[in-house]
Amino acid sequence: MTTTRETEPETQELERVTIRFAGDSGDGMQLTGTQFTRTAAVYGNDISTLPDYPAEIRAPAGSLPGVSGFQISFSSNEIHTPGDEPDVLVAMNPAALKTNVMDLPAGGALIVNSDAFTASNLSKAGYAANPLQDGSLKQYALFEIPISTLNERSLDGLDMTSKQKDLTKNFFALGIMFWLYGREMDATIRWINEKFGKRPVVAEANTRALKAGYAFGETTEIFHTHYRVAPAKLAPGTYRNITGNEATSLGMLAASKLAKRPLFYGSYPITPASDILHQLSGYKNFGVKTFQAEDEIAAIGAAIGAAYGGAMGLTASSGPGIALKSEALGLAVMVELPLVVIDVQRAGPSTGMPTKNEQSDLLQVMFGRNGDSPLPVIAPATPGECFDLAIEAWRIALKYVTPVVYMSDAFLATGAEPWLIPSLEDLPDISVQNWTEREGFHPYERDPRTLARKWAVPGTPGLEHRIGGLEKADVTGNVSYDPDNHHRMQLLRQAKVARIADDVAPLDVFGPDRGDLLILGWGSTYGAIRSAVERLHVDGRSVAHAHLRHLNPFPANTEKVLRSYRRVLIPEVNLGQLSMLIRSQFLIDAEGYNRVRGKPFTIAEIVAQAERIVGTTDAEHRS
Amino acid sequence: MTEPTVTRAGSTAPANPPEARVAAPLPAAQPALSPENAAIIQLTRKDFVSDQEVRWCPGCGDYSILAQTQKQMPDFGVPRENIVFISGIGCSGRLPYYMNTYGFHTIHGRAPTLATGLKAARPELMVWVITGDGDALSIGGNHILHSMRRNVDITLVMFNNRIYGLTKGQASPTSEFGKKTKSTPAGTVDTPIQPLTVALAAEASFVARSVDTHTEHLQQTLQRAGMHHGSTFVEVLQNCNIFNDGAWRDFTDREVREDRMLVLEHGKPMIFGKHRDKGIRLRGLHPEVVTIGQNGIAESDLLVHDEQSDEPYLALMLSRMFWPDYPVPVGVLRAVARPTHDQLIGQQISAAVTADGEGDLAAALASGETWTVE
Ligand SMILES: Cc1ncc(C[n+]2csc(CCOP(=O)(O)OP(=O)(O)O)c2C)c(N)n1
Ligand code: SF4
Ligand SMILES: [Mg+2]
Repeated sequence: MTTTRETEPETQELERVTIRFAGDSGDGMQLTGTQFTRTAAVYGNDISTLPDYPAEIRAPAGSLPGVSGFQISFSSNEIHTPGDEPDVLVAMNPAALKTNVMDLPAGGALIVNSDAFTASNLSKAGYAANPLQDGSLKQYALFEIPISTLNERSLDGLDMTSKQKDLTKNFFALGIMFWLYGREMDATIRWINEKFGKRPVVAEANTRALKAGYAFGETTEIFHTHYRVAPAKLAPGTYRNITGNEATSLGMLAASKLAKRPLFYGSYPITPASDILHQLSGYKNFGVKTFQAEDEIAAIGAAIGAAYGGAMGLTASSGPGIALKSEALGLAVMVELPLVVIDVQRAGPSTGMPTKNEQSDLLQVMFGRNGDSPLPVIAPATPGECFDLAIEAWRIALKYVTPVVYMSDAFLATGAEPWLIPSLEDLPDISVQNWTEREGFHPYERDPRTLARKWAVPGTPGLEHRIGGLEKADVTGNVSYDPDNHHRMQLLRQAKVARIADDVAPLDVFGPDRGDLLILGWGSTYGAIRSAVERLHVDGRSVAHAHLRHLNPFPANTEKVLRSYRRVLIPEVNLGQLSMLIRSQFLIDAEGYNRVRGKPFTIAEIVAQAERIVGTTDAEHRS
Repeated sequence: MTEPTVTRAGSTAPANPPEARVAAPLPAAQPALSPENAAIIQLTRKDFVSDQEVRWCPGCGDYSILAQTQKQMPDFGVPRENIVFISGIGCSGRLPYYMNTYGFHTIHGRAPTLATGLKAARPELMVWVITGDGDALSIGGNHILHSMRRNVDITLVMFNNRIYGLTKGQASPTSEFGKKTKSTPAGTVDTPIQPLTVALAAEASFVARSVDTHTEHLQQTLQRAGMHHGSTFVEVLQNCNIFNDGAWRDFTDREVREDRMLVLEHGKPMIFGKHRDKGIRLRGLHPEVVTIGQNGIAESDLLVHDEQSDEPYLALMLSRMFWPDYPVPVGVLRAVARPTHDQLIGQQISAAVTADGEGDLAAALASGETWTVE
């Protein structure tokens, strides 16, 4: 850092850049990534992020399982994914290099903390020879920077141990990246001061580390270029950066306001759903009541109890917890109360890979209960859309007096994108009235249009009645074992859910409305599919994209859309669950494309798969 | 038997418990529990009888528990529409269908969870939980623990027949060691648990026991239980005449009950027996049955019942006393005042409103860093 530049670095314009920060879990990579994200977002880039962290809180330092990563893609154009592969990889130690370098394309920039390449760290990462010296990295633009040493030097004179100083090196790395992409440091410095305000030495150290990293970029000769990614041309309005879990929480809060009912949230901590509990527990001044239950069964039980009392009963979990809730969810189907269950999916089965992504609970929420037990299922496609679908979940739950499952996943939950903050006037009124009319009240008498039953809550004089999990007599709601009544009630429950198909937005299509191939997706595959189809359009392919937000029932026009294409491809991060539903319901020969690696699809994977199919379609045309 | 005068324990809770560390005052406990209101709303036992046909086996102890409950309801002074009976699964679970109040027959073991959510959402309701020994202590054991420790303001009544009735006679967590049942032909190898010990260990703020056939005592016990604000655990020894007939007969039968049961009264020495000549005194760490007038024992040597002591040592000891080693204690073992779960939740909410103002949705949506695109 003693060198002063003799030549000014040149500035190069780029449309899109993808950076991956990788280091030990203790290296603060999630924080570094988040700070870069905020800065890029506030600058006006379109962004998309993918945190990738280990389930173990403290895997042994320097080990391969202890590596934590954060990928951010930022662009001057609209983007839908965090990028297939990084343009720049920042590796803070050998283990981070080892687990990530295969994703870096040849020619990609590789920035390493050379101080961390000690014999001991190399051996923990399983390197026989130092990759910085054996030429194995020569296909990359390698920048070896002694980050630890430079950082420690910048903190001279601070009353901290060497170890404490080393904890700030992620800010040094962030400073380098800020210089490289011409970003301001103000927002991060403000954040540091807020976060560490009570510990001025730590705040000072982090700020100095950040500035030193920036200054290093500016003065050193090793970077010949720095880059500019211009702001994106997003729709006008006020934006913030939002993760799926944040948008889900805010959507639930907004729904409570729009429905004019208090929100009750019962939950038991589980990755990746816990942040919803953390966030909602901070909304006490909105009257939100949160309850950390003893287990997932108690969480849904309490939510049903609150719903019975007329509140908006909400619960969330991930696959293992949803399994525990299934008996109570069946009760909610039987007693027909409005309830929303959030499933933030993660890789299964069993405990699976708790922090990794998968969309493999679809059949579980559809069918994972005893008896025919239909309920509506919806799924947002992007982090920001989690907000709208949270409101949609409640619209359906309240209007049809039914439990609804809302399916997010680890990728949506922790991934972030810029979000156009909606204005309250644009949000729908989803309020419904409780039944209070004494005359001729029967708890299982239904609205002829929606088939919703008359929902009367305790406290309503004259409407005292009993509900429960035993089969109900049609209309009266008394316990009934009558065979014909049971048959009728089963059909009524099914019909009530099926009718919702006419009351949801039709499935819309991006691309030609008929053609060779329709790629049908649901949930967090949206970004990869949309980007893939955009690319296929550039190549002149007759390919369209449709994305289901309503998985039960499907929108009324679903079959018509599917039949407008020669072939249907369904990419899913599971072994073919939506495919199974589509094939069985419509007898359409949809093809699954299934990859379960705990990661979202890349654009390239979907393009390649589509090409394979469209290629054969072309061949069929010729023959 | 003279029961202490009915008090509303919750209303004596400290207005501002130090552990909550918030400025807002504790909201009032469930209102409208009062004999004065009872005089105004003038309901009778009949008002609480639903139109559903009662379907327990003839001779089942559940009939009496239902009848005493219905008889007791008007005294609470709570309008019918503000009363909810929530049950789990088992023969006991049918009770809500027979009460002309709001009712919810839920799933096996989980009634306390629904009651917790309902009470949190609607603190003004009077919520009863009806459960069985299997429902409460086997499949629902976890929820008993947590609803009690949270001091959820529910009146939980556990029908203990020491057997699984509805599923036709398997061993339950209260079946005696070695008990031969359909599922344990060679005798159960599981040590039973004492429900009241569990309730006390779980920090229930009101713990009591009564017997299905002791109608007057049962009514008085239900009366006290219903008036208590907080987690209330009442064990009712109940006879299942089909699958476990006479489970409690040895000490509950008319001829022997005075000699084999100890009727607890707050502030009174623990005396029992037909001739009121037997008593309980403490010897070392153990209770001992003594006869007044023998070996120089006087009434003043006996333990005096204190249901309100801060630490539940005495109540725990009583909960472990059982026939044939000891007379079986009935009545209120413990009744202490503690802020209820719904009060504490309400208090945090008003504290947040006081500190931050009513929530502003637009501000919440725009929280964090924002930027504007022209
Ligand atoms: C999840 C579940 N498991 C098992 C059962 C079957 N089951 C119904 S009641 C019961 C035991 C009830 O015993 P207890 O709680 O003592 O009630 P009792 O019938 O004796 O009043 C069982 C095992 C069920 N209904 N649900
Ligand atoms: S089985 Fe036993 S507990 Fe159940 S109703 Fe019959 S007698 Fe009563
Ligand atoms: Mg039983």
